[in-house]
Amino acid sequence: MNGANTPQAAKASGGAWRSALDAIVRHRVAATLVFLMVFPWLMPYHALAINILIWGLFALGFNLLYGYAGLLSFGHAALLGVGSYGCGIAVVHLGWPWYVAILCGIAFASAVACVIGFLAIRTRGIYFSMVTLALAECVYYIFYQWESVTGGENGLRGINVSTINLFGLDVNFLDPVNKYYVMLGVVAIALWLFSRILASPFGAVLETIRENDARAAACGYNVANTKLVAFVLSGAFCGVAGALRALHLSTVPVEVLQISTSGDVVMMALLGGFGTFFGPFIGAGVFQLFGDALTLWTTHWQLYLGATFIVFVLFFPRGIWGSILHWLRVKA
Amino acid sequence: MSGITLDLLLLQIVTGIALGAVYVLVALGLSLIFGMLAVVNFAHGAFFMVGAYMGVWLFAQTGNFWVCLVLVPLGVGAIGLVTERVLVRPLYGRGIDYPLLLTFGLSYIFVEVVRMTFGLNGIPFSTPQGLTGAVNIGIGHFPLYRLFLIGATAVIVIALYLFIEKTSYGLIIRAGARDPEIVRVLGIDISKIWLVVFGIGTGIAGLSGILSAPLQSVTPEMGISLLADAFVVTVVGGMGSLTGAVVAGVMVGVVVSLTTLVSPEAGRVSIFVLMAVVLLVRPQGLFGRTGALG
Repeated sequence: MNGANTPQAAKASGGAWRSALDAIVRHRVAATLVFLMVFPWLMPYHALAINILIWGLFALGFNLLYGYAGLLSFGHAALLGVGSYGCGIAVVHLGWPWYVAILCGIAFASAVACVIGFLAIRTRGIYFSMVTLALAECVYYIFYQWESVTGGENGLRGINVSTINLFGLDVNFLDPVNKYYVMLGVVAIALWLFSRILASPFGAVLETIRENDARAAACGYNVANTKLVAFVLSGAFCGVAGALRALHLSTVPVEVLQISTSGDVVMMALLGGFGTFFGPFIGAGVFQLFGDALTLWTTHWQLYLGATFIVFVLFFPRGIWGSILHWLRVKA
Repeated sequence: MSGITLDLLLLQIVTGIALGAVYVLVALGLSLIFGMLAVVNFAHGAFFMVGAYMGVWLFAQTGNFWVCLVLVPLGVGAIGLVTERVLVRPLYGRGIDYPLLLTFGLSYIFVEVVRMTFGLNGIPFSTPQGLTGAVNIGIGHFPLYRLFLIGATAVIVIALYLFIEKTSYGLIIRAGARDPEIVRVLGIDISKIWLVVFGIGTGIAGLSGILSAPLQSVTPEMGISLLADAFVVTVVGGMGSLTGAVVAGVMVGVVVSLTTLVSPEAGRVSIFVLMAVVLLVRPQGLFGRTGALG
């Protein structure tokens, strides 16, 4: 992120904005967590806050690949869905505790990301989107037909986790507020790791590949391997989101694996702002609130969703958070 | 397994070619648009679906299938022209992902408008009169409509080939796909060519929609899974290659058909396996040029 480098600029009229912006950008994990701490109390109901938290994490994972590495995947439904199934199967069929189930979801999603990524990174640009979309569709058919394990058409049911043991303390997991803060704990770890990845040399190589992959290769970086690692990491973050979603819904609907889920996350990431740290949560929040409000007065909310998305593509390609950051920088 | 005779196998291959005919048409439009404009039309499945619904509506008005076959591609092509002129054109030069994202959003609008107009449920479309029944093709009886579908696709492919390879307009299209800059320098308004090509591509998508309507129930979601299939065909054939679209379309149709004969559950998955194999052996597709897209 751009740090402050001109002291006289800070003295200008936008100085207050500038320093606030700098503080947020510098302490991005802390700032995001503070916001997410108070977030449920700003929402009409707590279950919506949980949804936004999970989708925000999913969009964050997606953003690692598109926002930072420039790889537009239309197959992320597979990663979220398989993460959910991994967690669900661990609870329902194996009876494992919830935290092991989350790890199981991460492992499932990373493994599938590894396979999809291995095939998809052989292609570039536009092909990449098409191949990921097609392979995710393949995952959908496999899970749809693997009825003995996945429940097939009816989805995987009975992921019932009513109380969880946190450091010797029994927490009622059915209470939405408890559920939100437990999940926020998991999200906090994910956010911290995400920020560390972006700040690492690996994160810098990712952005180099986004800007110019031929040049990155000429500099001696192994572009194919970096892309694959980014895909698997993205899969792991989406796997966390998927696992949390399974625990939240106590079921895994098979529809999660359909193309529309991949489309939803692309829309959220664009609405919030590609390549920004906080953008995915803004995007997920606006998307869910927008959908929630629209369903109250129309059954045709997809029409308005599509139109809003087109307006953003045409006129605000930076997204909401990206536009705010850009505007503050210009002002300061 | 023991019940599979040579005749049954051959019949299944012909069924596969008929299935492939739809893939060929959809992939042709997709490839044509990409080859010229470098735009991946994510709304292609939606244009296909709109074509089917326009066919349903026109058939109810006119009662004549042949009139529908002429009017539907013109109508859907007209929607395509407006789309290119108003929505896609402002995005040229802004990165290859933006037209893709835009057309993706557009597909939501198309699906929802059709749901609002025609309802959520599927509409059956009966096989047009004169094309019902089956004929003996030497290896067994085969539905006449599917034979017609193969024939119609062949006619469209040949017409498109002659248009692009043998007419002076086709020459400009080919030159524009090679080097738009030089074409512009020669005093030709390339944006008009792009407009026309987008119209033709979406028109073919609409035509394949009405042609495949009698084979399935017409639903607002019919274009969604087709889009994934069309992508598989394009990746196998090579993006931007019309020959690739034809060969890969037939190939995918036959693979689905033969796999279904052995194991009905694996039919859909088999085409993705085919795509994976092609990606491993020849990432640019069977007829794709190396270096064109990397």
